[in-house]
Amino acid sequence: MDQMSLLVCGGTGCTSNGSLEIRTALEQELARRGLAQDVKVVTTGCNGMCGRGPILVAQPEGVFFHSVAPEDVPELVEAYVIGGKPPARLLYTEEQRGPVIPKMSEVPFYAKQQLIALSNRGIIDPENLEEYIGRDGYQALSRVLTTMTEEEVIDEVTRSGLRGRGGAGFPTGRKWAFARAAVGNPKYVICNADEGDPGAFMDRSIVESDPHAVIEGMAIGGYAIGASEAFVYIRGEYPLALARLNLAIEQARTYGLLGENILGTDFSFDIKVSVGAGAFVCGEETSLIASLEGRMPEPRVKPPFPAQSGYMGKPTNINNVETWANIRHIILRGAEWFSSIGSETSKGTKVFSLVGKVNNTGLVEVPMGITLREIVFDIGGGIPDGKKFKAVQSGGPSGGCLPESKLDTPVDYESLTKAGSIMGSGGLIVMDETTCMVEVARYFVAFTQEESCGKCTPCREGTKHMLDILTAITEGRGEEGDIEILKTMARNIKATSLCGLGQTAPNPVLTTIRYFRDEYEAHIREKRCPSGVCKPLISYTIDKEACTGCRACAISCPVTCITGERKLPHVIDQTQCIKCGMCFDVCNFNAVRVE
Amino acid sequence: MSKLTPDTLNEIRDRMQHGVILREGEGRAKIVVHMGTCGIASGAREILTAFTDTLGPLGDDIILTTSGCAGLCKHEPMATVQLAGQTPVKYIDLTPAKVRKIIEEHVTNGSMVAAYALAVGSERLS
Repeated sequence: MDQMSLLVCGGTGCTSNGSLEIRTALEQELARRGLAQDVKVVTTGCNGMCGRGPILVAQPEGVFFHSVAPEDVPELVEAYVIGGKPPARLLYTEEQRGPVIPKMSEVPFYAKQQLIALSNRGIIDPENLEEYIGRDGYQALSRVLTTMTEEEVIDEVTRSGLRGRGGAGFPTGRKWAFARAAVGNPKYVICNADEGDPGAFMDRSIVESDPHAVIEGMAIGGYAIGASEAFVYIRGEYPLALARLNLAIEQARTYGLLGENILGTDFSFDIKVSVGAGAFVCGEETSLIASLEGRMPEPRVKPPFPAQSGYMGKPTNINNVETWANIRHIILRGAEWFSSIGSETSKGTKVFSLVGKVNNTGLVEVPMGITLREIVFDIGGGIPDGKKFKAVQSGGPSGGCLPESKLDTPVDYESLTKAGSIMGSGGLIVMDETTCMVEVARYFVAFTQEESCGKCTPCREGTKHMLDILTAITEGRGEEGDIEILKTMARNIKATSLCGLGQTAPNPVLTTIRYFRDEYEAHIREKRCPSGVCKPLISYTIDKEACTGCRACAISCPVTCITGERKLPHVIDQTQCIKCGMCFDVCNFNAVRVE
Repeated sequence: MSKLTPDTLNEIRDRMQHGVILREGEGRAKIVVHMGTCGIASGAREILTAFTDTLGPLGDDIILTTSGCAGLCKHEPMATVQLAGQTPVKYIDLTPAKVRKIIEEHVTNGSMVAAYALAVGSERLS
């Protein structure tokens, strides 16, 4: 027979409930009865049932004792260890169990996340600078200013492998090196917080939960490139982020962490906040600089890059919020640590806003290289209401829609590009089987068309024509050859637009054609929307067999085009029907069909 | 406030590490209401008010504070409750009534309200 072991829980909860005294009492009692050699007493980690501690588990039988007190020990040894009968009052039964609270590491949403940029989320009060300092805040800046040369800082960031989190993925250290080497004075640092993608809120959340992390990163960048003036260009639609950022800058000035002679050194650096007016193109760095200078936000030809000629024609370094929030961790923990996380070409973590048809919508930070499947199904908990997954779009309105067959794509800059999408700034929109992919493409082109600044003809006129064709297809006016025209236009718009907006706007069209061409063909050839979304192509009918005549549909119909006697099958008058779908939604018997 | 130096920065850090990480003898409980835009849009201000109103008479050894979003927007409003010497508990989908029950059962009597809790513990940092 296996030797008996008594496992005493040594978790924080049980220890504070006196489990160490239980251990001592057990050892004394066993020794007193000469059983010390036969029964092993072991201290274990937390059992997770802290509410009923101290917990004691007897192996090999796996008997579970709860709420054990030192005075219970003699009885426990007598009755169970010797007699083999556990005292009932100490036994833990299923009835007593009640709902068990899992650990954070057991909650799928949190289990696969790994926090760097968001490491203070949910922990510190973003309006309290001292709480940030308590979490090693401004230690990286202090180290940089007192022990590192500018070159050493740039070298550390370069070796970390950090790449721009705004979307393009340019190596941050190299960008800094260009700005440092550029001739011109003064130099500027800019934080791009103009997060314009629909459904994306990574940057907003970072600024809201940890504004000082962004400020500290910017100050370190300013020191490295030799700048003492900086701007945060932030969306006007983010009032809370704006308020917390302004407060944080004010506090940092009060504590001498911004302004003249920071931390008593001869480094001076200050930040101004500039509020954007909601133009998507301002996410592009040269447009952002134009807007900051008070000009119309339009991109310009690069080179010269902002590192050579940026704000007011001076050397300027722009990074996105998430990039800045990573900097202090790289300085404090080193390039080697950072580059040990992630994939071959993409280091560290990435923050994504996970939205759409997914159970756990939210903000997630995951190591680079994790697969889309893990994000959508493990972290996101899969698709609600038992529906099937259809596609996930990464990278905002100009990202691509990837199907089930691409779910094992690792999330890094190169792999996503190869699959036809982009990393973008980190929006992830999940779509289920009730989503029409032609309509999705039409929706996103409508967005980019509206947001095109109009400078480049292919982007301004091309997206308009693509939108017209896509609208025609969704309305049943599509023609043979439309798909080829769309593909040709998409290629040309991508190749001939000046900035990222035009270069990526056709991505949703190209990927939906690539992966869901059958849906386009059904719209064009059969005048049918397989997902039952495009109103002009669908009709609602009532299945006579399934209809119970409950009248729910007839009562809800806004144009009263459903008729029928109570308890007899109802009929929809197709000439009056406006295809609002109310009858479909209210029917409890699945009698309303969409075709 | 005089301007910080590296030394005084370290002093604040050492002092605040005790404040951020709740330890025994420094307050009986710490409650964090997660107040990002998502939380506020889901009613986090009412939750904060419910905590303030209900905790009022319970004494000032309970730290009530706010933070940014906890990430799981679907289950906002959320709050984290930690009693001294115990692991933090994340409560989700809160209402003022749930807040009052949490204060009564968890904060005052020390037993977690499992029905409203998502998980115990903290997130994995890199």
